[in-house]
Amino acid sequence: MVPVDHYLWLSLALFTVGVIGVLTRRNVIIILMSIELILNAVNINLVAFSHMFGNVDGQVFAIFIITDAAAEAAVGLGIILAFFRNRETLLADEMDMLKW
Amino acid sequence: MSPQPFFLDHIWLIPMFPLVTAAVMLFYGRRLSNQIVSWLCSGSVFISFIFSVGAFFQIVAKPSAERVATKILFEWIPAGTYHLLDGRIATFIADWGFQIDPLSCVMVLVVTGVGFLIHIYSIGYMAHEGGYYRFFGYLNLFMFSMLMLVLANNLLLLFVGWEGVGTCSYLLIGFYFHKKSASDAGKKAFIVNRIGDAGFLLGIFLTSALLGTIRFVEIGPALASGGFAIGDPRITAIALLFFVGATGKSAQIPLYVWLPDAMEGPTPVSALIHAATMVTAGVYMVTRTNAIYQLSPKAMGVVALVGAITALFAASMGVVQNDIKKVLAYSTVSQLGYMFLACGVGAFTAGIFHLMTHAFFKGLLFLAAGSVIHAVSGEQDMRKMGALSKKIPVTYWTMLIATLAIAGIFPFAGFISKDLILGKAYEKDALLWAIGYFTAGMTAFYMFRLIFMTFHGTSRVDHEVEHHVHESPKSMLVPLVILAALSFVGGWISWPEVFGGNSHFIHFLSTVVAVPHEARMEPVKGPGSEQGEILLMMLSEGLVILGILLAWLLYVKRTDLPQKIANAFGGLYRLVYNKYYVDQLYDALFVNRAKDLGLALGAFDRNVIDGLGVNGAGWLTRAISKVSIWWDTWIVDGSVRLGARIVWIFSYPIRLIQDGLVQSCMLLIVVGLIGFFGYYFCMAHHAVH
Amino acid sequence: MGLNSILFYFFAGLAVASAILMVTRRNIVHGAVYLITTLLATAGVFLLLQAEFLFVTQVILYVGGIMVLFVFVIMLVNLDVSLLQYQFNRQRFVAGVLALALGAQVFLAIKTGQNSLFPQARIPEVLPKNTEAVADALFSRFMLPFEIASILLLVAMIGAVVMAKRKV
Repeated sequence: MVPVDHYLWLSLALFTVGVIGVLTRRNVIIILMSIELILNAVNINLVAFSHMFGNVDGQVFAIFIITDAAAEAAVGLGIILAFFRNRETLLADEMDMLKW
Repeated sequence: MSPQPFFLDHIWLIPMFPLVTAAVMLFYGRRLSNQIVSWLCSGSVFISFIFSVGAFFQIVAKPSAERVATKILFEWIPAGTYHLLDGRIATFIADWGFQIDPLSCVMVLVVTGVGFLIHIYSIGYMAHEGGYYRFFGYLNLFMFSMLMLVLANNLLLLFVGWEGVGTCSYLLIGFYFHKKSASDAGKKAFIVNRIGDAGFLLGIFLTSALLGTIRFVEIGPALASGGFAIGDPRITAIALLFFVGATGKSAQIPLYVWLPDAMEGPTPVSALIHAATMVTAGVYMVTRTNAIYQLSPKAMGVVALVGAITALFAASMGVVQNDIKKVLAYSTVSQLGYMFLACGVGAFTAGIFHLMTHAFFKGLLFLAAGSVIHAVSGEQDMRKMGALSKKIPVTYWTMLIATLAIAGIFPFAGFISKDLILGKAYEKDALLWAIGYFTAGMTAFYMFRLIFMTFHGTSRVDHEVEHHVHESPKSMLVPLVILAALSFVGGWISWPEVFGGNSHFIHFLSTVVAVPHEARMEPVKGPGSEQGEILLMMLSEGLVILGILLAWLLYVKRTDLPQKIANAFGGLYRLVYNKYYVDQLYDALFVNRAKDLGLALGAFDRNVIDGLGVNGAGWLTRAISKVSIWWDTWIVDGSVRLGARIVWIFSYPIRLIQDGLVQSCMLLIVVGLIGFFGYYFCMAHHAVH
Repeated sequence: MGLNSILFYFFAGLAVASAILMVTRRNIVHGAVYLITTLLATAGVFLLLQAEFLFVTQVILYVGGIMVLFVFVIMLVNLDVSLLQYQFNRQRFVAGVLALALGAQVFLAIKTGQNSLFPQARIPEVLPKNTEAVADALFSRFMLPFEIASILLLVAMIGAVVMAKRKV
């Protein structure tokens, strides 16, 4: 059988890629998608442990995370749309109105 | 005190009557008519005169050894105990007390009598002047002060009267205050007087410090019991200080300069104050304190010498004056010199006698001069008079009688009193006699010069004035006549024994004078006693007649000569005519120096006190405020700004981090994550191991 | 090496590869597609872990809902010019290093704790019914979070509508 820690390595890898994507990419949609990636990595982690303990709580938690991700994606995309309409840009570097 | 006869008991009323009317003039005078003013003021003086006469008779009624009556109204200044110069303890008391003895009797009779006559004269003289009630108010105030002076029983109360007459003199000299020369003259009189008063006051202090008392009746016994040797320097000091006061009040050298200027006042004032009464206060004071003088031959010598020299000096100036009143003023100074000469040689009673006769004839001379001035519509320059004898006969004859008296023609009053003085002077010191003798001649000369220039010769009166020359009203003439009579017979109360009289007056006064020097009141015991005396008299008469003849020659017969003589002795004439430039000398030495002091003090005030002090205080305040501003800006505000700056130092770098980019923020989140995670991992790691 | 393992490594590799690809593509649409692939691989992993309900949920919600939404929006904002711009920002090196550092830390953590983990799961003879179990847990113990999640969705819906409106 696959040892549990392999699932954890997978989760870690996806998480790291997601973090890299959030910090590095200029396009905000890619940033949002990287955030989804992070959330997914966490889901894998949760489900792995749920499987390990034989407890279904982890999966329930994962369901909630998915719900949350949906809400967040909807609102986030709405914001991006509004911003795009105003500034005609999708680059995070150009969204610096809150600087000092 | 044991019950005294009425007038003696009510001595204190004598000064009060004029005081009351003076007060009435002060409060109501404006609203009273001239007539009421005249009656009130003259009447009060008359009542004082009646009381004086009554007091005189009651004093005479007493045996001669007891002729001192004192009436103390109340203790005026009970100042407590103090230490005398030699360590004893005494109590200082100045009481409001009155003393009547032969000396003050004579004085009070002269003052009220002559004063009353002058009040009557003033009714006519001042009839058309403004300020009628003010004049009589001042006159009565003066009477009050003078009477206080002569009736005082102690030095301090005498000084009160002394100051009072000085004040009234100022008020009356400057009566026409809208004339600058008059108000200046008033100031001059008062200031010069003040200098003398300072000396007098110091003398009073020294007396009370040395003898422990200031009452006249106690001074004699204090001197006797004090064991003072003749010529004791402290006694000499007191005597000289008193004499300084006398030179101020009685216009001797060097403080005589105010008297000629005092002629700016109305003529009755000149008559009363500057002839008959106030100026004689000095002589009175010296006689009153003769016990002190007798103990100091040096002081007496000074008094005699100053008196003699003043007499000569003033007479020389009187010779060249052209203003009729100025001649009389210098004559007064000269005659006062005679009185001090008398006191200086020890003949105090002779001095008082001359004082009395002088009051008669000098008062008359001034009043008559006033009558003359009135007749020529205000002209006072004798060069513009002449040939008035027929036009104003009463004035002429009374003035002539007075002039004969002052010149010293037998048997007028002046002859007897002046001769008494000269006799006593001869007995003491021939030089003094010589000065007095020569001065007598000069006196005769300049007085008859006055008569001849005014009444005789050709008329040099201004044309318009000539028509108005008229005799004065009765109110002015009656006092003239009365005084003329007194000038004639006034000396007879002390008819010299050499002619068979018994010198009543001198004997009457002898109780007042202390010590043995004066005890024998017989006339000159000089060379050849009686014959010597007659010789001296004849010598002086001779010189007098010579003077009169000289005056007649120069001013009636050959009226061109005076001018020629003046031209011949041009420098000398100018020197004497300008009064030896003494006024200018005093101006340079004292008056202008005092003004300079004032200016210097003013400059000091402006530059130092205002400049340093006030402006300096302002500068200092501004400087302090600058410091304060600096403090406020840099320290107080600075600490506030320092706090803000410290916050800024910490916040600014952090602010720079804000670039508004979300990813920068997320980077920091990751950094934080790494930190936290590392921390907890380490914790966990250590917990396990 | 059972089928389980092979399938797991396959899905894992697919997921990681797709993730990396997604993060590095220039074209956003490509990125979205690769994310779909990653999500599907993740769903496969769920299935291998016997979380059937979650597998279905992942596919329907995540891929069918969220990713479709993403694609719609990408279509709305698609810019031709974005293809020509720089893809990575200024802080990429530092960020890369830090992200790797974070990964290393977690790696260390897992490494040290590895031995305390069970070697494998206990598999009971009769598999419990996953959906029922989830439903059971969801409606009993997790009732409150469930309700809150529904409110959250309501709020998000309102928010999204407001955000996307042309005229506010």
